[in-house]
Amino acid sequence: MEGTLFNIFAGLTVLSALLVVANPFSRNPVTSAMFLVTTMISISGLFVLLGAYFLAAVQILVYAGAVMVLFLFVIMLLDLREAARRKLNLVSLAMGIMAVGALFLVYKSSLESTYGEAPQQHEVAADTGQAEAKPPKVVGSTRALGQALFSGENGFILPFEIVSILLLVAMVGVILLSRKEPR
Amino acid sequence: MEPTLSQYLLVSGALFAIGLLGVIVRSNLLIIYMSLELMLNAANVALVAMSRFNGNLDGQVMVFFIITVAAAEVSVGLALIVALYRKRQTTDVADLATMKL
Repeated sequence: MEGTLFNIFAGLTVLSALLVVANPFSRNPVTSAMFLVTTMISISGLFVLLGAYFLAAVQILVYAGAVMVLFLFVIMLLDLREAARRKLNLVSLAMGIMAVGALFLVYKSSLESTYGEAPQQHEVAADTGQAEAKPPKVVGSTRALGQALFSGENGFILPFEIVSILLLVAMVGVILLSRKEPR
Repeated sequence: MEPTLSQYLLVSGALFAIGLLGVIVRSNLLIIYMSLELMLNAANVALVAMSRFNGNLDGQVMVFFIITVAAAEVSVGLALIVALYRKRQTTDVADLATMKL
């Protein structure tokens, strides 16, 4: 069940991310923004599978809600209809695909060499009765995350306050940047 | 059949590669910005997966902070794009090759 859900969400994430970057049917930025919403929602599905329930809710609220509304607002404000088709530089396209593909293959092979033996090791550990050495699965409920954030000797109270100041600075900066005649 | 850590990391790597591809290949500034968001979310998926499989909640706290900072970053970046569009009437990076406004 969990494996099936993982396959669905992972496939949906990668597929809609590809459609954000290269959509064969439309070069309208609004379409890309809509597929970005699909990507964010599937990522929050992955978060639910990983037990990060609070982060899944925050992901939908902040990304699929606030950030995407901002993106769509700017796209429609700029009215980018005339940017429909512009001839692609084929050399740079091929180079980009080659470079990124090579990077991904390096990453994939390093993952395989790191975790490839994991199932066998796990079976060996189960045979010798060391299966409980595996750390327990954490569940990121709102209560657990709040306690990790605010309590304990290694709480995150100072970073939390710094982030609130950062949000204030961003708000003031955006107002300053988007005035009609910035001086 | 429960998915393993390496499967989650593979999804994260694929997402990062797609975002990087978008940043390299596309020339529309807004699409490049969306691809940056994809790369940021790839890092988030990797952090949450690591946090889950290592039994430590600090990774999820970090993702919480990343989401907050990303929201601030998106608002400032889009304001910059709007200001740039007011000056230059374009969002294509090929037309924005000089530092002079």
